[in-house]
Amino acid sequence: MTDLPAASVSDPQSTARASSGLGRRLLIAVPYVWLLIFFLAPFAIVLRISFSEVAIAIPPYLPVFDLSEGWTAFVEDVQRLSFENYTWLAGDPLYLNSYISSVTIAFVSTVLTLLVGFPLAYGMARAPSSWRPILMMLIILPFWTSFLIRVYAWIGILRPEGYLTIFAQTLGLIGDDDQIRLLGSNAAVYIGIVYSYLPFMVLPLYASLERMDGSLLEAAQDLGCPPLKTFWVVTVPLAIPGIIAGCFLVFIPAVGEFVIPDLLGGSDTLMIGRTLWAEFFSNRDWPVSSAVAVILLLVLIVPIVAFQTFQQRQQEAMR
Amino acid sequence: MARTLGPVRRAFAPWDDPDAKPLIQFDGVTKRFGDFTAVDNVTLNIYEREFFALLGPSGCGKTTLMRMLAGFDVPTEGRILLDGVDVSGMPPHRRPVNMMFQSYALFPHMSVADNIAFGLKQDNLPRGEISARVEEMLALVKLEPFARRKPDQLSGGQRQRVALARSVAKRPKVLLLDEPLGALDKKLREETQFELMDLQEKLGMTFLIVTHDQEEAMTVADRIAVMNQGTFEQIAPPATIYEEPISRYVAGFIGDINMLEGGVQRVGTDMHFASDLLADNVVVESVPDLSPGPAALAIRPEKLRISLDEPPAGPATGRVSGTVWDIAYMGDVSIFHVRLADEPGNCEDMDHSVPILRATVANTTRLVERPIAWDDKVWLSWDASAGVVLSR
Repeated sequence: MTDLPAASVSDPQSTARASSGLGRRLLIAVPYVWLLIFFLAPFAIVLRISFSEVAIAIPPYLPVFDLSEGWTAFVEDVQRLSFENYTWLAGDPLYLNSYISSVTIAFVSTVLTLLVGFPLAYGMARAPSSWRPILMMLIILPFWTSFLIRVYAWIGILRPEGYLTIFAQTLGLIGDDDQIRLLGSNAAVYIGIVYSYLPFMVLPLYASLERMDGSLLEAAQDLGCPPLKTFWVVTVPLAIPGIIAGCFLVFIPAVGEFVIPDLLGGSDTLMIGRTLWAEFFSNRDWPVSSAVAVILLLVLIVPIVAFQTFQQRQQEAMR
Repeated sequence: MARTLGPVRRAFAPWDDPDAKPLIQFDGVTKRFGDFTAVDNVTLNIYEREFFALLGPSGCGKTTLMRMLAGFDVPTEGRILLDGVDVSGMPPHRRPVNMMFQSYALFPHMSVADNIAFGLKQDNLPRGEISARVEEMLALVKLEPFARRKPDQLSGGQRQRVALARSVAKRPKVLLLDEPLGALDKKLREETQFELMDLQEKLGMTFLIVTHDQEEAMTVADRIAVMNQGTFEQIAPPATIYEEPISRYVAGFIGDINMLEGGVQRVGTDMHFASDLLADNVVVESVPDLSPGPAALAIRPEKLRISLDEPPAGPATGRVSGTVWDIAYMGDVSIFHVRLADEPGNCEDMDHSVPILRATVANTTRLVERPIAWDDKVWLSWDASAGVVLSR
């Protein structure tokens, strides 16, 4: 075998690899082209609007590029683009506060979702295997109705004369004339986010907990580790991939959340999604709202890249 | 199957000593899962420094018995005593026993050293002592260069040794081994069996092994309990189990055996085994509980002699004639399948009720020409003392 020239052995293989490589590249090209068209192109438009200035016109910004007026006019238009909107954003503390408040609310909600989601996922993973598809179904079931309607339903629960108040009054927890005033507070926003994003936390957690070998817990106890400590030194570390995935899946969309703070939050609940909406629809200031959106993306790019890197490392570790 | 017994080992038989105090006592232990009785009213004593094997097919209750000792299952009835203390209701993390799991159950997020240190850390030992003990354990299983590796960077055999090191690191009174070698290939398994025996002697611990592999049990254990449907069929040293099985089940489970159905008769003061298949009655050893009635004569294949000529008849010899049906050449031995019929068998319309006996013959010379070939009419004979009469 060793006397054979290496090429004659590897030739048929390398040919096969080359042809499959072409197929593979084509296959990868499809999602990339998709991303290019449906993500990058709209983003480029938003980016370009963010460098424009507001105008009372259709569309409500200037300049509007028009090649029909000749090359010089086009170049002049390009030169009119500026960072003015960004400097304006930096100058008004409203925007900075919105970003900080958004990230804070998203962070707190993510922690709360984890606290609610972990026991749920743990219970599912420990349930008899015949129950698991049903439990999984129950987690996914809310997706079958509109997100907007589900958040709207919470108004009925949380408003001062809503079901929560009635429930507490019936149980005698509060007096008949008292009311629970949650609607219009940050607490209501937390409740809304935890409720809406719970499945995104539970599913990756469940995936990592369900995979765990039950004999590991027995081994830990056999070696003298009490059950509660076993949970912290064995279960939680092994669930870390699920915890991280779940937290990112909740945190990233929660930062830009608009519907929940708008419906459940109060007038003082500052979130960037609301600010953006107000700039766009109330002020009709497309350039500034575009700038807000671009900054939001920059804020989110750190966790998104961290998440991607983490996932990649996980996949490599699995191999 | 051969077992070299040193003089010290031979003398080790605390189960025969009425004054010996057992380390582990199962006292009328029953375990039910719903309607299913996994362990049925079992009583068993295991002594200090003993290497004890629970042997049986899957579902016989051997694993449940071990898990009750570890504390993962609680007996439905009965008590389990460890060193005289009732541990039946004690949670697993308080019991002075450790277990080596069939799946090894190594913590994938910890290094080899951290896995071994895990149990020691639970005892809050000083840091220096822990690392010294970990070093000692790594040396014991010859894995020093792998201390910083994660379990998934090890081979199956190495993982097995880490699991072993981790389970003995706390120096438990009893080490439980649940099918410890099941995942290893045959050659590695045989090597590891001897290492386990060495280790047990070196550490002076009591080992309780659960296995379905009879060769493994024979090799490592001082005593074997053969289990069937939640109860013990026989508890005895390997040689006794092999040479003097007390039931058809035990005889059939351990090694290869020929079974001739017939009956026991009293002839004067002697007991005889008679069967239509045998040329003449065989005198059998009169054991106390042997009584006339239907029984089977069990003979190991290696205890049968095969010859072309008729062997001389005598009360101390069993004889049967037949035709060579098949010869399995195994290298070291040849196994002759002898059909107890005078006519050579015919594949198309063979009478399957005619018994076939297997005789093992050592290939003491290089195989050039077989003295006995297919379809030869042959005689099988054996010393009467080589057969065991089984009435159960």
